[in-house]
Amino acid sequence: MKKDTVVIEALQMTKADLLLAVSFLLAGIICFVGIIYFNSLPAGQVQVKVEGKVVGIYSLEKDRKIELDYKGENSVVIKDGKVKMVYANCPDQYCVKHREISRNGESIICLPNQVVVSVTGGEEQDADGVTN
Amino acid sequence: MQTASPTRKVALSGVLVSLAAIFSYVETLVPLGFGVPGIKLGLANVVVVFALYSMGVRYALTINVVRIIVVASLFGSPVIMLYSLSGALLSLLVMVILYYTNKFSMVGVSMAGGVFHNIGQLLVAAAVVETFQILYYFPVLLVAGMITGIIIGIIVTRVSRLVTIKI
Repeated sequence: MKKDTVVIEALQMTKADLLLAVSFLLAGIICFVGIIYFNSLPAGQVQVKVEGKVVGIYSLEKDRKIELDYKGENSVVIKDGKVKMVYANCPDQYCVKHREISRNGESIICLPNQVVVSVTGGEEQDADGVTN
Repeated sequence: MQTASPTRKVALSGVLVSLAAIFSYVETLVPLGFGVPGIKLGLANVVVVFALYSMGVRYALTINVVRIIVVASLFGSPVIMLYSLSGALLSLLVMVILYYTNKFSMVGVSMAGGVFHNIGQLLVAAAVVETFQILYYFPVLLVAGMITGIIIGIIVTRVSRLVTIKI
C-alpha cells in the first residue's frame, strides 16, 4: 500500500512538471550526442592549462611525464597515446581517480589546483597518415 | 487559523536551520560520488522547499543562506561556501519562479531546483578553471539533479501532509 501511494504521488505531477522533465532530458541527450561526436574527431595533442592559461602542449604519441608546480603540484603521464594524472597534492583526489583519457575533447580537471589537462585535435596524426 | 507571531516564526526558522545543517553534515558522511564530483542527494533541500511552501520566499532564502554559512564554517572552507552559495541561490531563484507560476507541483519545483543547483555549481567551477571542458559533466549532473530533485520533492510532499504547522 505504502509503495502505491509513493508511485501515485510521483504520477500526480502536473503537465508542466512532465514538460519540464522532458525538456531537461532533451537538453541532456543533445549535450551527450554533442560530446560523443566531438570525441570521435581525431586527437593528437595534449593541452595543459593552469589557472586558465595554456602552459604546455605535448604530442599524444610521445611517452613522457609532465611535472606541474603552480598553485599545487600535479604529475601527468602520457603513455601509449593515453593521458593519466598520476599525482596531485589536492585534498579531494578526483583527478587522480579519473580514468585515463585518449579521445578528442576529453579532459582531467583538478579543480583545487586549477589544472585542466585535455586531449585536443592536432597535426601529428594527420602527418603520420600522410607518411604512411 | 490564528496568525503566527514573529517570535514563533523566528523560533521555527532556527529549528529548520539546525535541521538543514544536520542534513548537510550527515550527507558529507555518506559519499554518493560514483566518481563524479558534486553528486549529492541534497537532503537540506527538503527543509528549503518546505520553508518555501509553508513560510515564504524570504524565510526559505534566509534559512538556506544561514545553513550554508554555518555548515561551511564548521566543516568546509571559503571555496566550498562559494560553490554551495552559487548552487543554492540559482536553485532557489528557479524554484521561486516556478512556485509563483502555480503550474508546477512540489515534485516539479524540487526537480528544477536540483537541476539548477548543479548548473550553478558547474558554472562557478567553469569560471574557476576558466575552461569549458568542465561542461562535460553537464549531462550527468543534469540527470542526477533530476533524480535527486524528484526524490526530495516526493519527501516534501509527504512531509507537508503530515506536518501541519500553520504559519
